Amino acid sequence: MIRDLLLPDMLIEGVQMASVLLLAPLLTGLVRKVKARLQRRQGPPLMQPYRDLRRLLGKEVVLADNASWLFRVAPYMIFAVTWVAASLIPTFATGLLFSWSGDLIAITALLGSARFMQALAGMDIGTSFGGIGSSREVMIASLAEPAMLMIVLTVALVAGSTQLSTIAVFLASPEAGLRVSLALALIAFIIVALAENARIPVDNPATHLELTMVHEAMVLEYSGRHLAMIDLASFLKLLLYISLIGCLFFPFGIAQTGSGLQHHLVALALWLVKLTIGGVFLGVFEMSIAKMRVFRVPNFLGAAFMLGLLGVLLLFVSQGM
Amino acid sequence: MHGISFDIAHMLAGFLVLLSFLMLYQVRLLPLLHVLAAHAFVLALSVAWQAYIQHAPHLYITAAIALVFKAIIVPVALRRMVFRMGIHREIETVVSIGLTMLAGMALVALSLEVMLPLTAKAEPVVREDIALALSVVLIGLLMMVTRRNAVSQVVGFMSLENGINLAATGAQGMPLVVEISVAFSVLIAFIVIGIFLFRIRERFDTVDIGVLDEFRGGQR
Amino acid sequence: MIEAAAYCVAALLALAALGVGVARYGPGRSTIYAASALVCVALMWIGIASLGADAARMKLPLGLPWIGVNFRLDALAAAFLALVGLGGASASVYAIGYGRHESEPGRVVPFVPAFLAGMTLVVLADDAFAFLFAWELMSLSSWALVMAHHREEGNAHAAYVYLIMAVFSGLTLLLAFGLLAGPQGSSPGGFTFAAFRASPLPPATVAIVFVLAMIGTGSKAGLVPLHVWLPLAHPAAPSHVSALMSGVMTKVAIYGFIRIVFDLLGTPSWWSAVVVLVVGGVTSVMGVLYALMEHDLKRLLAYHTVENIGIIFIGLGLAMAFWANGLAAGAALALTAALFHVFNHSVFKSLLFFGSGAVLTATGERDMEHLGGLIHRMPKTAFAFLVGCVAISALPPLNGFVSEWLTFQAIVLHPDLPQWGLKVAIPADGALLALSAALAAACFVKAFGVSFLGRPRTTQAAQAREVDAFSLASMFTLAAICLLAGVLPGAVIDALAPVTQALVGAHMPTQMDRAWLSIVPIAEARSSYDGLLIFFFIAVSAWATALAVHRFASHRLRRGPAWDCGFPDPSPATQYTAGSFAQPIRRVFGTVVFGSRETVTMPPPGDTAPARIEKHIHDPAWETFYAPVAAAVGGTADWMNVLQFLTIRRYLAFVFVALIMLLLVLALWQ
Repeated sequence: MIRDLLLPDMLIEGVQMASVLLLAPLLTGLVRKVKARLQRRQGPPLMQPYRDLRRLLGKEVVLADNASWLFRVAPYMIFAVTWVAASLIPTFATGLLFSWSGDLIAITALLGSARFMQALAGMDIGTSFGGIGSSREVMIASLAEPAMLMIVLTVALVAGSTQLSTIAVFLASPEAGLRVSLALALIAFIIVALAENARIPVDNPATHLELTMVHEAMVLEYSGRHLAMIDLASFLKLLLYISLIGCLFFPFGIAQTGSGLQHHLVALALWLVKLTIGGVFLGVFEMSIAKMRVFRVPNFLGAAFMLGLLGVLLLFVSQGM
Repeated sequence: MHGISFDIAHMLAGFLVLLSFLMLYQVRLLPLLHVLAAHAFVLALSVAWQAYIQHAPHLYITAAIALVFKAIIVPVALRRMVFRMGIHREIETVVSIGLTMLAGMALVALSLEVMLPLTAKAEPVVREDIALALSVVLIGLLMMVTRRNAVSQVVGFMSLENGINLAATGAQGMPLVVEISVAFSVLIAFIVIGIFLFRIRERFDTVDIGVLDEFRGGQR
Repeated sequence: MIEAAAYCVAALLALAALGVGVARYGPGRSTIYAASALVCVALMWIGIASLGADAARMKLPLGLPWIGVNFRLDALAAAFLALVGLGGASASVYAIGYGRHESEPGRVVPFVPAFLAGMTLVVLADDAFAFLFAWELMSLSSWALVMAHHREEGNAHAAYVYLIMAVFSGLTLLLAFGLLAGPQGSSPGGFTFAAFRASPLPPATVAIVFVLAMIGTGSKAGLVPLHVWLPLAHPAAPSHVSALMSGVMTKVAIYGFIRIVFDLLGTPSWWSAVVVLVVGGVTSVMGVLYALMEHDLKRLLAYHTVENIGIIFIGLGLAMAFWANGLAAGAALALTAALFHVFNHSVFKSLLFFGSGAVLTATGERDMEHLGGLIHRMPKTAFAFLVGCVAISALPPLNGFVSEWLTFQAIVLHPDLPQWGLKVAIPADGALLALSAALAAACFVKAFGVSFLGRPRTTQAAQAREVDAFSLASMFTLAAICLLAGVLPGAVIDALAPVTQALVGAHMPTQMDRAWLSIVPIAEARSSYDGLLIFFFIAVSAWATALAVHRFASHRLRRGPAWDCGFPDPSPATQYTAGSFAQPIRRVFGTVVFGSRETVTMPPPGDTAPARIEKHIHDPAWETFYAPVAAAVGGTADWMNVLQFLTIRRYLAFVFVALIMLLLVLALWQ
């Protein structure tokens, strides 16, 4: 199981963990910039999320009187869990040092853990907005998570594995071909990713109207370094999902175990290109669609669930699709 | 016939099923018409692709018919009708989107389960295309059953017909005459339905067919 | 070993008898509970020690003379014996503290050891009579415990429903064993399990026995639609008994299912797998939806048991599907997943019931709408309860995730089972499993968030006190087991290997000798999971981040009133309640599943009448399944009522006609 702890492997894992963390705010900055430009605004500079984080980290925390220890621990847990999940994804190289410690199902469940903590933290102060946020979040999650697992099943049945590295290698090979069920899974995945990252049309990351907020309502009571950790976690989550799309559905040029440094650098550059494309697409998509009413969201996510199930069904009955 | 051409044929058929689901999902009339246009467009692509891989030039004509009539003329006409009747902003109350889609899933499972063992001897691309085509047909029927608005029923009918076309082109050796006659019969059906729609609306001031039932109940 | 187990049972029965005398005295109660805890630890140890050993038999010259009472301790029995021991030990330790607040100890103390003895005997039994006797002992002693507080509203009704269901389940099992014995049942030893195994049955009989076993054990375990007694009876009993009923007794019912279907009936047919899969999938989703609609903490937990039973049955159904098609490795994986979930659920459900019992002790409330803010008053209970919540929501790195992960691996394993029914049922079950896992997380955010977080909604909640050390020790032990089984799942999987080997003839690859203690169900390239490493990573990165932020950025902190968008309201009534928390999910699923309706009465402006919102929820199981049965029973009873008012001559005529009919049947038979 364990390869020799080779230096290159350690290096790749380290680069991966550092790069996801460092690039995540930039990606969010890019999406914001794209949206601003489409609205004919100048928009904040690309680096603004970093500045926000630095400012938040330097500020003191204002904590509600009746906040419990859970409220204070949650931001670090949410961040750590999301980071661990992100570092398990082969963004540019497969066969990461610890990628075998969790497969795609585990990554989904890890994000579920983060959300569990977040929803609890939203309930901790005992305000009505926190309750709204948590309640809606779990409603959205209760449909998004099964949809995600259906997608995982589809991909796992195609590749014969739930291990991300194996899946990426298989799907990058010509054997995989074009498959109906994978196309269905991709559409379902995009819907799930929009919901999980609290993007339009499910939630609006930039809203200031409390009654429409989901994610923002949950974190309403957070301030200072706690808010910084939660923001960073949500930046990371966006990066994680876009990288997952890249890894599962467009795994071209991903560096495989044992390939040389040059190949790794090319793969890294390709990953950056994929992220950029993903970010631009997301910005354009968000600008071209309106936010849904909350009770329209279940249908939207239900559609993703159905598509995932359809993909699985097609695979179960026919090997050709 | 394997590899990439096989995959693309599947992909297009799968995309048709997907668009059928999108129709079930869509409750507003105008977007529904857009989906119908897209449905016919994908059908045309699919037929053209079959023509290419089967080396059957007459299928190109079918594809052209699908493109011109179903993807352009019918949706545009329906759209104008909807505008003239002033129901373009209407949102239809359907049974429940989730339930309908679940029923749609069950229909897909059913058609796969029925078709794949039956056509076990046929070529893989044909049998799976036929199974998917049957699901398109069944979903079209489901749509006609669950919708109350006559326009959406027409849309359901058109998508059903698209499914039949898909099945027909998948099975090699379907004569052109049949295709053309099918296309024209659909066109005539469409015109008849269109005229009926206007008549219904003139009479009852709505195209909600639930009202028609009430009317019949009142007569008895 | 088996002798030791028998002595343990005898000791438990003796404790039950002793309990009748000493229940009135506080120290006496504590002694009884402490002694039963020791006996249960011994049982657990016996179970673990004989997991890998050969099956041991024992015959006692009791009961019916030509059969005796047969015991057998094989791998399956050993695994469940360990489970009963663990659950019994933790419940007994908990009861030492919890039992102090018992208002009617005389109705509780004697029956707890008897209940434990009954469950142990079910697991050990090796003939139909012993099994049924033990089954009824288990049912009746637990019924007595449900009746303990019979003066409280609803408890008598709960006990009545429970008794009917228990009798029903006993009856179906009786019929199942009768069919299993077949014609040679009258011969000596015809009712031992060994004889059942030795004599193959015709397929039609197998089918009937399967259905009867499914109904008989399923009604005890809580399969939908036979689950209705569970949310009534489990909350009615004292909390340590609720934990035993939910955490252990339902598992003993599953033991009964595995024993009959996997062991006695032999290789199943594929359609029976479809039945189990469908019932399991429906049970899991229905159970969690019921739980989400609930605001009574203990009823919520009881409904959650229904969900988990569904998940276990999904695993069992998968195992049957693979086994029916000769795929032993897949069957072993799915069966291991199911047994692992049996273990997990037993641990965290006991933990959660203990937690709800602690809340009940501290506040006198089970209704979540009257709780809130308990994390400040009862931090230790809150922490243990939180661990249980995370575990039951199938979130890594705790144990609930591992067993559901294994179930998913089994689903992914073989898309090319030949039967069409399975091809459709398995992916659909995967969807239902995923849905129930996600809904479970929502449900426990609600359970923990409304009861323990936020602000106290009543003075009882505001003045709650942390519970005693025994209760806490029991809860923390179980929480530690949740964590351990989550980070070292390989140990549990390896321990279950002899069980699957004995039942389906294969076991999962040995896990504990893998590097880094990761688990690999089939092959490394397919899937692997390492709870230890994930736990370690999360802990280290959270700790390091917190340290770095505090060291290099800022560690200042100021307390102030809550922000709440500038409109903080001092009244705790403005918080989200359990009902409002579940409202979105009720709207999404409730209208379809429960026919739920909401009516809002909003007085016009100027009117000072309160606005009202009313919600109506119907339980489909009661309406579609039980109401017709009850109506039919009532109708038949009315019809039979005539028979009560006949003349003596007519009664004699009835007896005479019955005798003649019997003789006729006998004549025709020959």
